[in-house]
Amino acid sequence: MIKHLRSAADLDAATATLILDTAAEMAALAGREVKKLPTLRGRTVVNLFYEDSTRTRISFEAAAKRLSADVINFSAKGSSVSKGESLKDTALTLQAMGADAVVIRHSASGAPHRLASWVDGSVINAGDGTHEHPTQALLDAYTMRSRLGRLDGLKVAIVGDVLHSRVARSNVLLLSTLGAQVTLVGPPTLIPVDIAAALEPKTKVSYDLDSVLPDMDVVMMLRVQTERMQDSYFPSAREYSRRYGLDLARMRKLPEHAIVMHPGPMNRGMEITPEVADSSRSTIVEQVANGVSARMAVLYLLLGGKA
Amino acid sequence: MSGFLLKGVSVVGGAPTDLVIRDGVISADKSGAEVIDAAGLVALPGLVDLHTHLREPGREDAETVETGSRAAALGGYTAVCAMANTSPVADTAGVVEQVWRLGREAGLVDVQPIGAVTVGLAGKQLAEVGAMATSAANVRIFSDDGFCVADPRLMRRALEYVKAFDGIIAQHAEEPRLTEGAQMHEGEVSTRLGLTGWPAVAEEAIIARDVLLAEHVGSRLHVCHVSTAGSVEVLRQAKARGVRVTAEVTPHHLLLTDELAASYDPVFKVNPPLRTSSDVAALREALVEGVIDVVATDHAPHAVEDKECEWAYARPGMLGLETALSIVISVLGERWDLIADRMSRTPARIAGLAGHGTDLAVGSPANLTLVDPSARRVVDPAELASRSRNTPYSGTTLPGRIVATFLRGEPTVLDGKAVK
Repeated sequence: MIKHLRSAADLDAATATLILDTAAEMAALAGREVKKLPTLRGRTVVNLFYEDSTRTRISFEAAAKRLSADVINFSAKGSSVSKGESLKDTALTLQAMGADAVVIRHSASGAPHRLASWVDGSVINAGDGTHEHPTQALLDAYTMRSRLGRLDGLKVAIVGDVLHSRVARSNVLLLSTLGAQVTLVGPPTLIPVDIAAALEPKTKVSYDLDSVLPDMDVVMMLRVQTERMQDSYFPSAREYSRRYGLDLARMRKLPEHAIVMHPGPMNRGMEITPEVADSSRSTIVEQVANGVSARMAVLYLLLGGKA
Repeated sequence: MSGFLLKGVSVVGGAPTDLVIRDGVISADKSGAEVIDAAGLVALPGLVDLHTHLREPGREDAETVETGSRAAALGGYTAVCAMANTSPVADTAGVVEQVWRLGREAGLVDVQPIGAVTVGLAGKQLAEVGAMATSAANVRIFSDDGFCVADPRLMRRALEYVKAFDGIIAQHAEEPRLTEGAQMHEGEVSTRLGLTGWPAVAEEAIIARDVLLAEHVGSRLHVCHVSTAGSVEVLRQAKARGVRVTAEVTPHHLLLTDELAASYDPVFKVNPPLRTSSDVAALREALVEGVIDVVATDHAPHAVEDKECEWAYARPGMLGLETALSIVISVLGERWDLIADRMSRTPARIAGLAGHGTDLAVGSPANLTLVDPSARRVVDPAELASRSRNTPYSGTTLPGRIVATFLRGEPTVLDGKAVK
C-alpha cells in the first residue's frame, strides 16, 4: 500500500480498485446501528485545515471516528507565512505529537508534498490549491460505480472551471486509471493549456456542451465562482449558464441512464438549475454519504489495515 | 610580495606557457615571483557578472556585499554588477555609493552598482539616474530588475534619457498583467501541478516592444535573463536589423527545466521560471551563436525561511556565483575562448568596466581566474561562501574548480580558498 495520498496519480488501478472495494465494505457498516470499527484504536489522525471546508473536514472526522482513531482538528486560517507559524513548524509540532496521519487542506498547490517531507506519518491531501483533491475523485468514482455498475468504458463529462479545479484534475487522473473516458467541457479560457498531455493523453476537450451530452454516462458539473468574470474568463453569469449551465432541457439530452454529479457546494442557477440538482438523476447527496466511506477506506488502508 | 608565476598555464585554452603577475598587471619579469604549478590549469580573464543580487542594504541575513563578493571570487569573478532591488532601493546616488564603498571595503571583486530606473522600483517616476551616473559609483546600467518597466512611455523616456551619459537600460521582461499570481512556466507541467502559469509570451511581448522602442529612439537596451525560444527569435531579428540590444542568459536556464517543479521544492522557483527542454536547447544555441551575448548569474540569495515553505509563498531566485562557470563548462564544453567571451569580455564591455575582460597580455590589468577543468566536485550547500543555501545543484557533481582568482594582481582566491 502507498504511504501518502497526495495525488490521484499515486494510485494505480489495483490500489484504486482496492480502495473502492474497501469503501463498499465500509458503506455496509453505515447501515448498522453501531457504526464503529475498532481498527484504528490508539492511532492519531490530525485534520490540518488551512482553508474553511466544513463538509470535507467533517467527512474526514466522521471517517476517522468510525474507525476509532483519535482525531485532532487543527484549523489554521490564513496563510502560514503572513500569519503565525510556518507549515514546517506546524509539521514538526504534529510530528512531535505522534500523528499517524495528517489530512491537509491548503490553499497552496503542493502543500501536501512539502508536508510529507517533514513528517513521518501518512499525508492525505484533502484539497491543495488548484492542484488536486484525490479523495473527492475516489468518492466520485465510487458513486459512479455504485450507480452504473462499472467504471471501465464509462463516458464522463466534467464541465466548467477546469482551470481552477482540483476536483477535475484528480478525477481525470483517477477515472482514466480506471478505464473511463473523460471529456472536459468549458469555455476555452477555463480549460488549462496542454491538459491532455499534462494528465492523460486520451482526455478529450470540448467547448460545446450540447454536442457532448447525448453520448455521456456521467456529467459532472463543477462549481464556477462568479468572481471569475471579473477576470474576463467569461463575460457574465447569465452568458455562462446559457452556454455551460445544466438545466432541464440540457439534461433531457443525456441518455436515460446517465447521472448528474456535483462536488458541492453548488451555485444553484449558475452551473446547475435547482430542478436538475434535485432530480432523481442527481447523485449530489449520495456523494456526501459516499465521501465518508471512501475516506474511511483511505485511512484504513494507508494506516496499515488489511482488506 | 614580488608577484606570482603561473607555470605551465594554458591561457584561454592555448598551449602551456608561463604567466607572470606583478604590480597589478601581467608582466614579463619572472624574477623572484612565487611559483604556482599551473600545469593542466586554464587561465581566463576574470569573470564579470552583469546580474548579481547582493541584498545589502536591507537583507543582510540573506547576503552582504562582503559574503557575495567572496562567493563571486570563489566562482572566478573579478567584477559583479549589483542589482538595485535592495531596501532601501538603489535609486539615489547615496545608496549606490554605499554599495560601491562596501564593495571596495570587501576588496574581493569590483562591485559595480546598478541603479534603479524608477523611484522605489515602482514603475511610476524616473529615478535620478543622472545623479547616480555622476556619483562615485559611476553607474551606467539601470534596471528595475525584479519588476518590469511595464509602462511603454516611461520605458521610452528611460531609454532616451540615459543616452546623455551612454547609459543602458537592463529590462526584466515580464508583462505584469500576463503574470499575475504566476508561479512557474505555463505549460504541461503547470497544468499538472495546479500552479498558476507564467506564459512565455509575457516575456516575448515585452522584448518585442522594447527592441522597437530602442530602435525608435536609438538607445541601448539590455535584456536580462532571457528564458524562452520565442525571445531568442525576437532578439535574432532585432539584431539583424541593427538594433543596439544585448541579452543575457542565466546558467540555470541553460540547464534546468520546469519538470523540477514537480517536487514542489521552491529551491527550483525562480523568475523568469525554468522553461522546457526546447527552450533550453534554443538558449544554448543562441549563446553559442551570439544572439545571446553573455551568461549572467542572477545570483539571488534567500534566507532559509523564504524557501522552506509552500511553493506559492517562497521567494523566487537561486544562487549562482559559485557554480556558474561549472554549469557553463558542462553546457558548452571546454570551449575556453567562447566562455571567456560570454562570461568576461562581453559583459565587461556592456558594463563599461575598463580593466576587466581584457586579454591576458603583458601590461594588461591582472584580473584573471585559474580553472582546473579536470576537477569534479559535488555541490554541498553548507560549503558555499554565500550566506544563503538556495542552490538548485545540491548533491550534483559538476565539472571544473576555481583554483585561484586575482584582482588587479592580488589573489582573492588561492588553492580554491578565499584569502580573506
